[in-house]
Amino acid sequence: MPKTLAKTDVVIVGMGAAGGVAALPLTNAGLKVIGLEAGGWLSPRDFAPDELRNSSRNWPQSAQKAATEAPTVRATAEDRANQGGHPMMNAVGGTTMHYWAQSWRLNPWDFNVVSATKERYGGDRLPAGTTVEDWPISYDDLEPYYEKVEVTVGISGQAGNVQGRINKHGNIFEGERKSEYPMAALRSSPFTDMMSAAALKLDWNPFQGPAAITTELYDGRAPCQYHGFCNKGGCHVQAKSSTAVTSIPKAIDTGNLEVVTFARVTNIVTDNNGKVTGVDYIKGNETFFQPADVVLLASYAYENVRLLQLSKSRAFPNGLANNAGQVGRHYLTHHQGSPVLALFPTDLHNWYGLPAQGVAIDEWADDNFDHSDLDFIGGANLWVHTDRKPMSAAKMSTFGEVRSWGSDWKAFIMKNADRTNYAYIQKTTLPYENNYLDLDPVVKDLLGFPVTRITARYGDNEKRITAFSQEKMEQWYLEAGAIKVVKSPPGNAMGASTHAYGGSRMGDNSETNVVDRWGFAHEAPNLGILGASVMGTSGARNPTLTVQALSWRTAEYLANNWRSIVG
Amino acid sequence: MTTDFDKKNKQGVTVEEQQQSLGLSRRNLLKGAGIVGAAAVSSTAASTVIAQDGSSSMLANKAIMAREALEVLTAAEAETLEAFCDCLIPSDENGPGAKEARAVHYIDRSLASHNSGSRHNYMVGLSALNDYCNKTRNKQFSRLSKDLQNSILQAVQANKIEGFAPSAVDFFNMVRSHTIDGTFCDPYYGGNQNFVGWDMVRYPGIRLGASETDVAKGALLQPNHQSAYDHSTYTKIASNIDTKTGTTKGSDHA
Repeated sequence: MPKTLAKTDVVIVGMGAAGGVAALPLTNAGLKVIGLEAGGWLSPRDFAPDELRNSSRNWPQSAQKAATEAPTVRATAEDRANQGGHPMMNAVGGTTMHYWAQSWRLNPWDFNVVSATKERYGGDRLPAGTTVEDWPISYDDLEPYYEKVEVTVGISGQAGNVQGRINKHGNIFEGERKSEYPMAALRSSPFTDMMSAAALKLDWNPFQGPAAITTELYDGRAPCQYHGFCNKGGCHVQAKSSTAVTSIPKAIDTGNLEVVTFARVTNIVTDNNGKVTGVDYIKGNETFFQPADVVLLASYAYENVRLLQLSKSRAFPNGLANNAGQVGRHYLTHHQGSPVLALFPTDLHNWYGLPAQGVAIDEWADDNFDHSDLDFIGGANLWVHTDRKPMSAAKMSTFGEVRSWGSDWKAFIMKNADRTNYAYIQKTTLPYENNYLDLDPVVKDLLGFPVTRITARYGDNEKRITAFSQEKMEQWYLEAGAIKVVKSPPGNAMGASTHAYGGSRMGDNSETNVVDRWGFAHEAPNLGILGASVMGTSGARNPTLTVQALSWRTAEYLANNWRSIVG
Repeated sequence: MTTDFDKKNKQGVTVEEQQQSLGLSRRNLLKGAGIVGAAAVSSTAASTVIAQDGSSSMLANKAIMAREALEVLTAAEAETLEAFCDCLIPSDENGPGAKEARAVHYIDRSLASHNSGSRHNYMVGLSALNDYCNKTRNKQFSRLSKDLQNSILQAVQANKIEGFAPSAVDFFNMVRSHTIDGTFCDPYYGGNQNFVGWDMVRYPGIRLGASETDVAKGALLQPNHQSAYDHSTYTKIASNIDTKTGTTKGSDHA
């Protein structure tokens, strides 16, 4: 029997990007919050500039809970599912510790793909088999929460549309913002300047991307030093605006947040009426039951869905909040494979760049261009960034010029190590009927629970966006002076990704969605779900800021409607 | 030496007993003959290796290497792998390669730790490579000319030789990847000795900050030749340093 602990107002499962933000409005409102986190605290001393350890050996993820429960992957129900890696990490701050920190708002179109497409092109343009719906909320509904997060955690960037005033140094296609970013964008570099100049020649509108990275002294944290070890590394000067150094310490300062580290949640407990009563977790060799009036599920998309599917009860025999059979449905990962590689005739000076220090083109994203004569909807944000390290540089493509080893190869990399660039290109990706998450019938985690099984592949719409956007990217590289460009083929199976969406989608219709427009389960109203698992579309840019804005919104709604939600 | 070993073995004495009685390991014996480091080889090839080890860069590192063990690989495996890595990233007219970077030393250490799961495939693969060379050329891989070694490795990469685990091309790709790791990693891990890998690709080195001026200089920026662990904050010894961070607010933060 688990040891029953003292009841709390709210328990949050996961102190990462989502839970770490939600804790702040709750504790500011005086609610007592317990944050259960599978990892521990990390400090700048843990973030050595070490490419082998960080990028190649995945130190930040090794020996973590997530690594022991990596999903299995198959393209279709006919294929065998194989276990791969897990892209996320367990720590206070979660993957905001070692992510690239690009912090975009979605564009307005991403919230109403169905109705906007119908309005502009007629009714039959949605790809066959897609289960996409309009979000129950619009960009304008989320705008105030985007702003709260941008100011609280500290986002740098260049606005393109403040209250209707268009600024060509920012994204002219973005939704209207109420205010400027709290900090100026990361600086440009010789390479991004070169790419920006080329884009202007093409009559495109280049701009520096937004990042959860400080560019000035902000809230007591030092500005970015541009040493360039963001990728799978935490920040040695805490310039990266992880929740571990922003919203979580602020929530702890209220006296209302207790963070419990190395706690593995195994079950969300419900009573016979379907009301959630708390969570079971394991810490060390002990099992605890943490009672709470409200549970906020805020682990990563895979674990959110898996915990729901594992939490079977009399009221929910098929998994929590799954009586309508929607848990695990409408799953997708961003199509961001199939990069375009370029070789330039001169050094690009990228040894000290970081992945968020880049320049973007939004002309070919979302519905920012006319699709009347095209055979797809949506598009891609073109993004080039600095960031180069010696091991990965030495593993560069040889562009067919030399074989991959020997004296000729050595001469090739000596000349070209700082002359390549690749664009991974984030593309609109839609949910489809045949793409879903369920429990693997064979593979178990260390505790004996089934891991998540991903059954998903990209559709023709994603492949057509890939071909279209790769041509635009090639055009951009060539205009900038590239002497060789290589386009990789589009992906098929959707492997485990850092950009995973759906599985507990948000929507007004309880027959096709798990949570309502405020993020609370249709079938279990005192269960809130935070994270990209509630998102029904991907947009063409990184998800974290949207996840955080939604989390703040759900938490604020909970604080303002406490009595009706607790019941 | 070989002759002595053989005689004693015929008298029913094990190699271990023999080494104990001599107070010597085989490697010590070889070292006594002037053979040191990752290129240590079977005694039958002593003369060849003495010649190989006579290069100035190896002599410069002799003091360091004299105290280093082969942690996982056998001496014969290390010899074969050394020749393999030297084909992949050769020491040539363009300067040092995998050998000077001590990629084999890196790989040996990694097989005792992070890459321990690859130990079996190294054992099988290096043995298969030598079996092929012995069968077709009557010599071990490392004894063949560089041209011949290169053409055999092309056949391995093209998956045309049997006996590897899981396949010849997989083995080739693994060794290539580990050789690059060992040549371009932080020197802490036992490769990239004297920063030869970073200098090869004109990487100016790890810095805790890079100014716009630094970036503008590009490859003209003076290499600083520092390991991440030359910065004491990232080492074990720094555990009593107060880093005064936001995360220290956590209840169980170290």
